Amino acid sequence: MLENLKQFASEFFVTGDPLIYGADVSIGLVTIAIVAGLTYFKKWKWLWRNWLTTVDHKKIGIMYILAAIIMMFRGGVDALMMRTQLAIPNFEFLHPEHYNQVFTTHGVVMILFMAMPFMFGLFNVVVPLQIGARDVAFPYLNSLSFWLFFLGAMLFNLSFVIGGSPDAGWLSYPPLSELQFNPGPGQNFYIWGIQISGIGSLATGINFLVTIIKMRAPGMTMMKMPMFTWSVFATCVIIIFAFPILTVTLALLFLDRFGGGHFFTLDGGGNPMMYINLIWMWGHPEVYIVILPAFGIFSEVVSVFSRKKLFGYTSMVFAMMIIAFVSFFTWAHHFFTMGSGADVNAFFALSTMLIAIPTGVKIFNWLFTMYRGRIRFDLPMLWTVAFIPAFIVGGMTGVLLAVAPADFQYHNSYFLIAHFHQVLIGGVVFGYFAGMYYWWPKMFGFKLNETLGRWSFWFWNIGFYVCFMPQYLLGLMGMTRRVSTFDWDTGWGPLNVVSTVGAYLMGIAFILQAVQIAYSFKYREKDTTGDMWDAHTLEWTIPSPAPEYNFAITPVVDSRDPLWVDKQRRAAGKLPQKDAKPKYEPIHMPSNSGIPIVFSTFFFIAGFGFTFHWVWMGVLGLAGVLACLAARSMNDDEGFYIPAEEVEKTEASLRGTL
Amino acid sequence: MANHSDHSHGHDEAHAHGSLKSYIVGFILSIVLTIIPLVVVLNHMLSQLPTILIIMVTAVLQFVVQLFFFMHVRERQGNQPRWNVMALIFGLAIVLVVVSGSIWIMTYNGVGY
Amino acid sequence: MAQAVSQHGHDHAHGHDHGHHDPQELKMLGFWIFLITDVVLFGTLFATYVVLHNNTAGGPTAHEIFEMPGVIAETFILLTSSFTSGLAVLAMNAGKVKQLISWLVVTWILGASFIFLEVDEFIKMVHEGFNYGTSAFATSFFTLVGTHGLHVSMGLGWMLLIMIQLARKGITDVTRGKVNVISLYWHFLDAVWIFLLSVVYLMGVM
Repeated sequence: MLENLKQFASEFFVTGDPLIYGADVSIGLVTIAIVAGLTYFKKWKWLWRNWLTTVDHKKIGIMYILAAIIMMFRGGVDALMMRTQLAIPNFEFLHPEHYNQVFTTHGVVMILFMAMPFMFGLFNVVVPLQIGARDVAFPYLNSLSFWLFFLGAMLFNLSFVIGGSPDAGWLSYPPLSELQFNPGPGQNFYIWGIQISGIGSLATGINFLVTIIKMRAPGMTMMKMPMFTWSVFATCVIIIFAFPILTVTLALLFLDRFGGGHFFTLDGGGNPMMYINLIWMWGHPEVYIVILPAFGIFSEVVSVFSRKKLFGYTSMVFAMMIIAFVSFFTWAHHFFTMGSGADVNAFFALSTMLIAIPTGVKIFNWLFTMYRGRIRFDLPMLWTVAFIPAFIVGGMTGVLLAVAPADFQYHNSYFLIAHFHQVLIGGVVFGYFAGMYYWWPKMFGFKLNETLGRWSFWFWNIGFYVCFMPQYLLGLMGMTRRVSTFDWDTGWGPLNVVSTVGAYLMGIAFILQAVQIAYSFKYREKDTTGDMWDAHTLEWTIPSPAPEYNFAITPVVDSRDPLWVDKQRRAAGKLPQKDAKPKYEPIHMPSNSGIPIVFSTFFFIAGFGFTFHWVWMGVLGLAGVLACLAARSMNDDEGFYIPAEEVEKTEASLRGTL
Repeated sequence: MANHSDHSHGHDEAHAHGSLKSYIVGFILSIVLTIIPLVVVLNHMLSQLPTILIIMVTAVLQFVVQLFFFMHVRERQGNQPRWNVMALIFGLAIVLVVVSGSIWIMTYNGVGY
Repeated sequence: MAQAVSQHGHDHAHGHDHGHHDPQELKMLGFWIFLITDVVLFGTLFATYVVLHNNTAGGPTAHEIFEMPGVIAETFILLTSSFTSGLAVLAMNAGKVKQLISWLVVTWILGASFIFLEVDEFIKMVHEGFNYGTSAFATSFFTLVGTHGLHVSMGLGWMLLIMIQLARKGITDVTRGKVNVISLYWHFLDAVWIFLLSVVYLMGVM
């Protein structure tokens, strides 16, 4: 009995690596500390009521961003481990198997569990405020989306200490990811972790699409929407069409592994190429999903900090929608070398180059917005300015990669690695940082410290170029991706050392940001204006942080930059300096719900069960999921009203006019 | 807003959500459109290409019948844009790309059994 | 913008403030978009089936394994159920609860017989040596058709819940929205089946 248990434990838990024992211990200690802390300060009820069951989009947004930052830490540690391993030829820091796991989890964590939640966090915090809405269209579904994402991410991360991490690359190509070559649970963790969080992403796409279509303030026509909201709209359009493809593809891989199917196997008539074809139909739109909101952020920041209206609004909108559409026609450029024939390669090379055109239009629009503006270099603007050169280089190397015949040389080399890190860090991460710094006062009511922010900014930027510029050269010298080590006589040594130094500089930059956040919390200066940046759009007309009902009075809009125009009108004496005392009315609010977190936990249990082929547990989890669906269907709760007097009181205290 | 209150009080509902007549017409049409390809295929009346054409054309027509007679895709709220139709057209375009693109890309990648 | 605010909020029939939108209208659009994501989901499964359907790996081919009589019966049953779910909506719009529930019961029974026939068909196939792991063709066939069957089964469970709520509460704004949504879902499943019949069965046996 005891022997059996020992045997089970040694297979169940990941053993044999001091790094992982260290992680085990630290995860255990942190968990104990959190539980003990919550119990000691009697915060369980507070946590449950205010955060775990909340349907308030602002709180959900904050939770998303917090989760994204934690995941950025995890993915960043993976990156530093890889760079350490590659710093010196023939270095023995990570075993090759461990290296495979690290690059796999680095990719998955950074794209799906860092970029996506960071993006959703900004959606949640900003969009309803920017369009003058009280909440998203489906607040309950919004909470469900968050918890599905979170528990999916946790399931994936669990593989680090239990069962073993996936190791077939971030997109898990078969046949390597099939049962035959990958019998362990790692690959199942991959499938279920991404599947569960992917369902949440799909729901978020639907939710924000309906929100933007139906819940805009009166007077805000589509062509008067702020540019960030437009970018969210375009992104959601891509999400709702791309994510079902991911859901199917992962499900098919699971059916191969679990049900003995033959979609992508080498025997039984299966075809691994089909997986590659399908996963990139999602995978390519996915990169536009994460970059478009960044474009939206840059548009907002550029116009506010140049004190001008955005140049070429209409062309921006069209560029964005064209990108959204064409992004579905470029997927095969990820596998030019697969052998689909010259026609296919020519078509997809052309479509890939085509999509660079609207992107270029946007760059020019931002530059023209800055032209002759009175520019302020606050942190959001700093990141925006840094984005432009980074993205131009990244975009141009992208066009180089799009040349199908040339791609046979670049394919899977470090040239590609440098390219996509340049657009993903230089575009997506820089963009989300700009957004985080810009909207931070709206979330918490104070600005992040400027000095520490600048230090972090320069570390990030210098580290970024030092890390990735050498990788272009390494790629041209023949270094391929996913090699865990190399020999002295390859001549790749010096550039790899440089690249590793750059990676560590970015690591320091991340720590500086963490310090910045902690420092700013401690020494915060409360914002009383609600409009710290002298901004243009509706979210800055209400106090920071916004009250739970957002707008006490629904705003009416007659221009693209309503706040900016109003401020000009006030200055010109066309509007009274102070609004007349408004007449408040009761505000309808949705009730909190515990179902989303319970629902997602059941999904987690189901995923965990199927990961280990414990069918009873998987079925139990799915039964729980169904029970939650039924419970929701039968639930009659229609929310509650905040009385007018209470709204009046809150507004008076927040606006300091008591 | 006037439109709204009508909506929830049930006036004009029969008109707005289709009538018995439109449901019956739709039902008959869809039965006819199902029988045509069945007859053609089961009796092997035509060669391969025309058969495929007939199957696909009747399927698409039947889909259109469902959309118009059963799912009331023509309805709109006030003078708002037809978001549902736009989304549907975009979605169908994507499905077309997914299916035809896969066939095209996989033509030379069959493992051949 | 604040100056023009005060006249809003009074013209709404229910006394809601302006920022609050008709929840049923939101749900209908949201559900419609969900259905379109489902269209893409089925589209991907269709693409996989079309690419892999010739890879029979020495197992039975479509010609050998499909039994058309059962499939034709399934088709007409589902078609009729789509029609009866429409009649249920008509009854609801006329305010007749009992008639509404009866039509839903008819729809439910038709849907359940569809599932019964489909499962029966699958079991027969397995007995003839055509099971999930036989070939890429078999895997993609069972997955595509089975996913549709799963959708219908989910719909059956959901319809049951709605019938219970109708019996308890009658026709309210909320239950009305639910009936509208499930009937849309039901028509959608019928439309998907038409393409299954065409692409999988008819093209398989022609």
